[in-house]
Amino acid sequence: MSTTTTTPARSRAWMPDLHVLGPILALVALVLIGIALNPNFLSVANLTNVLARSAFIGIIAVGMTFVIAAGGLDLSVGSMAAFIAGLTILAMNTILPSMGAGIAVIGVGVLIALAAGLIAGAINGLLVTRAGIEAFIVTLGTMGIYRSLVTWLADGGTLSLDFALREIYRPVYYGGVAGVSWPIIVFALVAIAGEVVMRHTAFGRHCAAIGSNETVARYSTVAVNRVKTLTYVLLGLLVGVAVVMYVPRLGSASAATGLLWELEAIAAVIIGGTVLKGGFGRVWGTVVGVLILSLIGNILNLTDMVSPYLNGAIQGVIIILAVVLQRKGTAG
Amino acid sequence: MKHLVLTTALAGLALPATAQTIGISIPAATHGWAGALNFHAEETVDRLSEQFEDLDFVLTTTPDPGTQISDLEDMMATRDIDALVVLPFESEPLTGPVARIAEGGTWVTVVDRGLSQEGIEDLYVAGDNESFGRTAGEYFVENLDDGAQIVVIRGLPSTIDNERIEAFEAAIEGSGIEVMAMEHGNFNRDDSFTVMQDYLSRYPEIDAVWATDDDQAVGALAAIEQADRNEEMFVVGGAGMKQMIQRVMEGDEMVPVDVTYPPSMISTAIEMTALGVMNPGLPVSGRFIIASELVTPENAESFYFEDSPY
Repeated sequence: MSTTTTTPARSRAWMPDLHVLGPILALVALVLIGIALNPNFLSVANLTNVLARSAFIGIIAVGMTFVIAAGGLDLSVGSMAAFIAGLTILAMNTILPSMGAGIAVIGVGVLIALAAGLIAGAINGLLVTRAGIEAFIVTLGTMGIYRSLVTWLADGGTLSLDFALREIYRPVYYGGVAGVSWPIIVFALVAIAGEVVMRHTAFGRHCAAIGSNETVARYSTVAVNRVKTLTYVLLGLLVGVAVVMYVPRLGSASAATGLLWELEAIAAVIIGGTVLKGGFGRVWGTVVGVLILSLIGNILNLTDMVSPYLNGAIQGVIIILAVVLQRKGTAG
Repeated sequence: MKHLVLTTALAGLALPATAQTIGISIPAATHGWAGALNFHAEETVDRLSEQFEDLDFVLTTTPDPGTQISDLEDMMATRDIDALVVLPFESEPLTGPVARIAEGGTWVTVVDRGLSQEGIEDLYVAGDNESFGRTAGEYFVENLDDGAQIVVIRGLPSTIDNERIEAFEAAIEGSGIEVMAMEHGNFNRDDSFTVMQDYLSRYPEIDAVWATDDDQAVGALAAIEQADRNEEMFVVGGAGMKQMIQRVMEGDEMVPVDVTYPPSMISTAIEMTALGVMNPGLPVSGRFIIASELVTPENAESFYFEDSPY
């Protein structure tokens, strides 16, 4: 750990761009391995599957990039997603008899998911900024709370969307425009918007400034608390968006929904080149990170090369390798 | 044997004076089956406490083996339990702690996951993983032709999973059925959906899927529907989830049968333990193994429980 923070500046000279190119090279390498191992890897169906299943973690990870860039952390997103999914399903089932099966019910469900995400994010953000509790502790707490709440809502079982609604809602995950499915489109839009906000707005620059040095940022008239709170609110809202795309897939939520999403999202952010202790965020890198993690799973499922017991080990090696490669190119 | 006699003697002395306390320690509701286990445990506790005034219960649910050991220590130290019903999270780490409790003279009922050492518990109530795998395997042999190609979605890596897979493989041996791939779905719908999607990309022809668990079957079915390959294969899950039993009952061709592994075995264990502590001398010690049954459209109705969350 400590060696990464004391990397001397000399390494910058001999390999100036490795920390930018690293994740892309890893992604290209994985794609080549995939092609070599299985002819179906490049099929439209397989690529659609991989991109669509990356969308949930991807949408969340874009939000996580802002939180981490501003020096924060959010461990609650996986549990939050499960809780919001459960809440949304319950709400839609409840209003179904009075409104009748139709787009209107789905619309209300979507609004509830987004609003719940917004509120949950605001709770995290305000506890961090107003109550002054470390983000790790706050979100560790809310992680447990949301996980318990969804188990309680589901009575230990599974919450399932009413069958009539499932048929109406289904196209949101499985349908699309011109052969590109909705989750991929939404993921792409969120990623592009995130990249623009991070690079070209005051908000993005303030996030990096706060993550880099909070005191200096405060003296530079950055509204530190407001910006920090907003990063959590944004992340919460994006968790809501991810849930909107997730619910139509299987039409259910349980205590097992969204398990370890927070760690996958954080790993993707770090693989992408954002610094865990804040000060710098790279949204497109995060997208690459998400794709790398999904592709590892996909490639392992497409071959018998490695024992399935070792999937986690391979992901772990790649996460560490990606970060090692990047740290050689930065001054930490 | 010695501690058995002691238990009976102690229970006999304690009975007239104070209420009996039964401690129950089970895994938390981290997946569908465990959720149903929690549901049945709570329901049984509520029912028995209402029925018998001098019966107290301590119910704890644990997310990992370490917490379970602490829970057991707390139960012994602060609640002075007379009997323990435990579903060990993992066999190895729980064997020592449960053995110490048994040595202290407390009645011990072990549920489903056996301890690593024999003869510790007074009563063992469990499902039969061997028959679970075999029942599914036999169905595949009867309903698939020589040369049929199937894929398997395994559960969470564990002894239970290994036993099921071994029994299944033994049952299909020599039938000419080829298992093309086995990956873990971790009893999770999302993981199984992903695994099945990748199987579908990888194999142009699949005759059947053994999903080994009903939650995993739900994920697999969604992936098959997405790929529009419903006509090509059938899916066999396992455990007895309400929605799956219903599909069997309705004669769904994609879900022709299910194999039971009832989570309500926890109720059996609690009831028998309660019987034992309230009636010293009543012979309830031994092994009670609940066989896995094949649910078919003909008998599905008797496996369908409307109120269960699972």
